[in-house]
Amino acid sequence: MDIEELMSQARSMFPGAIERVVHSGKGGAEIQCRREALQRLCDWLFNQKNYHFSGLIVEEHPHNWQLRYLFTGPEILLVKTGAPLEEATFPSISEAVHAADWHEREAEDLYGLTFEGHPLLGDFILHDNAWQEGIAPMRNGFNPEVALANRLPNREWRPRRILTAPGAFIMPIGPVFGGATESVHFQLETTGEEVIRAFPRLFFKYRGVEKLAEGRKIDEALLLAERFAGNTAFAHALAFCLAVEQLADIKAPGRARILRIFFAELERLRHHLGVIAGICNSTGLVVAASQVAILEEEALRLAGGLAGHRYLFGLTVPGGLSLDMNDQACREVAVNAQDIIRRLDGIKNTLINTSSFMDRLEEVGMVTRDQARGFGLAGPVARASDYCNDLRRIQPYSGYESFDFKVPCETEGDGYARLRLFLAEAAQSARIMEQAVAALPPGAVFAPCEATAGQALAGVEAPCGGMWNWLRLDEYGTLERYHFLTPSFSNWHGFHLAVEYFTFQDFPIILATFGLSVAENDR
Amino acid sequence: MSRWIIKGLKTGVVTTRYPRHTEDAPGVSPGLPRAMRPGEDAGDTLGYDCPTGALRHVDGRLVVERGRCVHCFRCVRNVAKPAPWEDGFEWTAIRDDGSRVPGAFQHSIYICVIDAGGCGACINEIKHLNNPYYNIHRLGFFITPTPRKADLLLVVGPVTDHMKVALQKTYDAMPTPKRVMAIGACAISGGVFGSGFVTGAGIADVLPVDVTIPGCPPPPLAILHGLLVLAGRKDAAQALAPSLKSTKKTAEAG
Repeated sequence: MDIEELMSQARSMFPGAIERVVHSGKGGAEIQCRREALQRLCDWLFNQKNYHFSGLIVEEHPHNWQLRYLFTGPEILLVKTGAPLEEATFPSISEAVHAADWHEREAEDLYGLTFEGHPLLGDFILHDNAWQEGIAPMRNGFNPEVALANRLPNREWRPRRILTAPGAFIMPIGPVFGGATESVHFQLETTGEEVIRAFPRLFFKYRGVEKLAEGRKIDEALLLAERFAGNTAFAHALAFCLAVEQLADIKAPGRARILRIFFAELERLRHHLGVIAGICNSTGLVVAASQVAILEEEALRLAGGLAGHRYLFGLTVPGGLSLDMNDQACREVAVNAQDIIRRLDGIKNTLINTSSFMDRLEEVGMVTRDQARGFGLAGPVARASDYCNDLRRIQPYSGYESFDFKVPCETEGDGYARLRLFLAEAAQSARIMEQAVAALPPGAVFAPCEATAGQALAGVEAPCGGMWNWLRLDEYGTLERYHFLTPSFSNWHGFHLAVEYFTFQDFPIILATFGLSVAENDR
Repeated sequence: MSRWIIKGLKTGVVTTRYPRHTEDAPGVSPGLPRAMRPGEDAGDTLGYDCPTGALRHVDGRLVVERGRCVHCFRCVRNVAKPAPWEDGFEWTAIRDDGSRVPGAFQHSIYICVIDAGGCGACINEIKHLNNPYYNIHRLGFFITPTPRKADLLLVVGPVTDHMKVALQKTYDAMPTPKRVMAIGACAISGGVFGSGFVTGAGIADVLPVDVTIPGCPPPPLAILHGLLVLAGRKDAAQALAPSLKSTKKTAEAG
């Protein structure tokens, strides 16, 4: 269905709701919608038309608020609504579009907006036991350079409790726990054996990256885009560069585009190996964990040897790459990647014949397809629950449309399905790398990139799932607004679904099978 | 289970020969910019701005503050005259005020790791210390989940506001003698985040830092070098710059 037809349907269903439709390139549109009709339109797009909800983008302009709700599918739809600055109240859409729940909480905490009908606002990014309500650090005029004085934290703050059964208690875990782990806190409500309710309390690592990026030049912001989540740095930097290139109305040279795919897949391969090693480790299968960790280290060394940095920092820049590659060296890396996959296959065969390992994964930590869709889960976690969304396929970028690869999908949604998915995707990545070196054209890897003022939205399939970058640039070449919609944010939102009603021993294993990044969520 | 034992044996030994021998496999370290050697011409090596101030020109000399370098490679790629760069990974700097840092612990060291807002890359490199390529167990170093057993606190990240209390509590829970090691540019100088409304300019604002490991992230071998320095088995590369002091500003609430 094209956008014209979709919009005429929408107009007849919600007369007067849609004020204006602005078409953008690549089959997308910005739909200006009246505030009163927002709920119904979003409900219809999400529940009737099956669009994936990717996030909420809030912007504060000198006189008004602009909110854009991003729906993705065959087309990219931005449902836009607004209000004068003093009317900071919007209807909550999260009752119909549950995936919007955390996005609205974020907007409330960082911008001070109110979402009518939302059941739980406050205490999200800025913890109430450390900050008072109403600070709204993303508002214009808030000085991000200095620490806030006059802190009035709520000393009465206590974890929320839902369970009232006799003997029920909250088992707190983190933020510092278990060897070398990222900082995150869990409140697990239980009566003993089972985790009955799980609340991950995130944002211990909130660095305010989006606020820090405001007012910076593109070059400086690129460093933030790349380094707010180092494990998937290349994908994030690529999304940023694609957005900047949109504003400059250029495409990177063909060689750079293919090399970007090559490195994005090398990063995905390495990331997935890390997740698989984590899964083996969580079940206490140390030999398997070591075997996979060997492969991960080798992938890191391949990246380091070829691009100069083990996590590919500093490689992609607006306009292409900062460094040209030797074709022969790339071929060798692709061959080595295939070798890694071959050895990974051997490990996989031994793993599935290890019953003590399989018992911990099979039918543990289930997420259904409806839940995955409802919570807007992304990436391998969603695809393991038969909810298949891959931006490389549905919104190809950087030349993915000319590659032949599978998007693996599983139906069970349990820990084993997620493990199979990470294994299968790693193999596909090595396959794409092989095709990339075969298709590598000669030529430059960099074209000058002069971005002009405007807004841009670019998405890439990061290793954890689809991620979107929203960029607004002013006429001086500095960023007015930079917003990430990251897959880890959606996947953390749905994480509790998998751990509830499983026992404590299963918790670290389910956590490992989700392959979540805290840094990517916290920003 | 026997299948795993056979698989493990078949893999053979992949462990690095460091510290007995040098390690120069490709991809083990990104390297760092280095100071000018005598006789080298600084010339126009700084025709660009180092985004974190790791490189500066002072009186015609190129000054390198390694703790600030974030490996953006802008000083070596696509510039007329690249800055001098060194491979290797022995970058550990130690506090040099007469207190006993090198050789603080003689035999084994128990390590507690805390993520105070890092991007995840440093944590990943610390995890890799336990992989067969580096295997710190063979050298008597152990990562422990509890601060009560720990001799050494490894801190990554610029210290976010929410992690301050946890960081302080973790440090307080450690028995003395104890040492603190700052891992990576963020923990040393704030890195790309710098001092802001929710981030600090490194852990020196919160805890006394004994050892720093530059890098963004420092590769596992660089961290291993730091551990060996603490155990008195290797020498530090340099003394810690005295500039590692509090830089935090405050303002009235808006």
